[in-house]
Amino acid sequence: MPRKNVSRGLQLTGYRRPNGAVGVRNHVLILPVDDLSNAAAEGVARLINGTTALPHPYGRLQFGEDLELTFRTLSGHGANANVHGVVVIGIEPKWTDRVASAIAKTGKPVETFSIERHGDLNVINAASRAAYQMVQDASELRREPIQVSELVLSIKCGESDPTLGLAGNKAQGRAVDRLVDMGASVIFGETSELTGGEHLIANRCATPALKRKFMQIYNEYIQMIEAKGVDLLGSQPTEGNIRGGLSTIEEKALGNIQKTGTRPVNAVLNYAEPVKPGQGLVFMNSSSAGAEQVTLCAAGGSVLHFFTTGQGNIVGHPLIPVIKVSPNPITCATMSEHIDVKLPDLLVGDINLDQAADRILDVFVRTANGRLTAAELLRHNEFVITKLYPSA
Amino acid sequence: MAHRALAHKSTDDVAVAVADLKAGEELTIQSLEGGKAHKVKLLEDVPLGHKIALKDMPEGHVVIEYGEKVGRMTQAVQKGGYVHVHNIRTLRWDYGKAKAKSAKPRAKGGR
Repeated sequence: MPRKNVSRGLQLTGYRRPNGAVGVRNHVLILPVDDLSNAAAEGVARLINGTTALPHPYGRLQFGEDLELTFRTLSGHGANANVHGVVVIGIEPKWTDRVASAIAKTGKPVETFSIERHGDLNVINAASRAAYQMVQDASELRREPIQVSELVLSIKCGESDPTLGLAGNKAQGRAVDRLVDMGASVIFGETSELTGGEHLIANRCATPALKRKFMQIYNEYIQMIEAKGVDLLGSQPTEGNIRGGLSTIEEKALGNIQKTGTRPVNAVLNYAEPVKPGQGLVFMNSSSAGAEQVTLCAAGGSVLHFFTTGQGNIVGHPLIPVIKVSPNPITCATMSEHIDVKLPDLLVGDINLDQAADRILDVFVRTANGRLTAAELLRHNEFVITKLYPSA
Repeated sequence: MAHRALAHKSTDDVAVAVADLKAGEELTIQSLEGGKAHKVKLLEDVPLGHKIALKDMPEGHVVIEYGEKVGRMTQAVQKGGYVHVHNIRTLRWDYGKAKAKSAKPRAKGGR
């Protein structure tokens, strides 16, 4: 529910794309379809100021759902509303065209280049000329007033410790409730880290069908783990979590879930499926590893991510600002340059949860309007594709 | 007044230190959500972020935090004691109490 200054009528500006999607950054993307095309993509990005390459190790000999996920992740980044235009480079034309045509459906500028029968140097020449024009055009776009209800946002926590469950994630949860009430879509995920609290999410699903779908995704994940004859005890909670004071996966999950706020879960999606504004709180099946989850959210359309951290996860993303929130006084003191919203005063009771949520939303507004985050300033450009199984 | 430790719910079995605490400290522990405060004398040092027993708990006790089950005690702990991976274990992949009992205690966290 709206309260006080920052929540009512957030003064936001952004970029409205040809399909109506709204972003808060204005990137020109050089997108390699496969590992072999990283060199050319990075070559273009070095030549032309204002471009961002997304090098990655995949895109060859994948098949089935794993291939579909890589394509969906790549085309989702091209389609992301923080991107003005995309130069797609692949080794051969067929898969390259497939990724490019999925992006072109948004109506944004897309140019396609394949390396076979041309070579890297000819491709870099032609692709750089295309990128040159796109950056110049992007530089003439102006921010315009936008509504929070036009935005897709996302959340995650990392290097968690009990200061998150007590304070940081509770404050983030209040901010999420207010953003959802104002009409934003907010994606959360971290399937494995719901263990011990999955019943709480299941009970918040808006319909019985969504609840069944959520429990199916969750149970399939647990079955996959148990089919390998292992459990998560060696990796959940992590050594960093344990050092911070978390003892069991249930405790970690219950702290994690605080940041989702209290609103109903209106959609249950698989990895990197597209999210539209106005959907409210959305669950997306995803890894609990920071860079993988942020990448999946960006592929789904998130244009800004909130990341709460206890012990100090420093993840960022090449296209979407990642706002780092921490209530841990040691982390805020020793890793100050990584934290955008510092909340140690919430932990000791000098401010309350509403004041902390105000502080998060204030930094959200300034960041959406162009203020650079810690992760953007420190070049934290983690882009990590989720791989489902080995390639052929 | 600056909090030294907080409980998620006043009915929980454990609270969380919000500063590095020393054995012997006398604490009044409240929940952010209200409810009755707990008076606890700390029996051990408890670092920031780590848990304090709000009551005596025997081995096998299912521990409540956030009003939910978060694990089982693998050793008894007294009120004011330190609760961490040396004496609490998940209920998931908890192959019965016997297994939990024989489970090798893992390295102590904290510093």
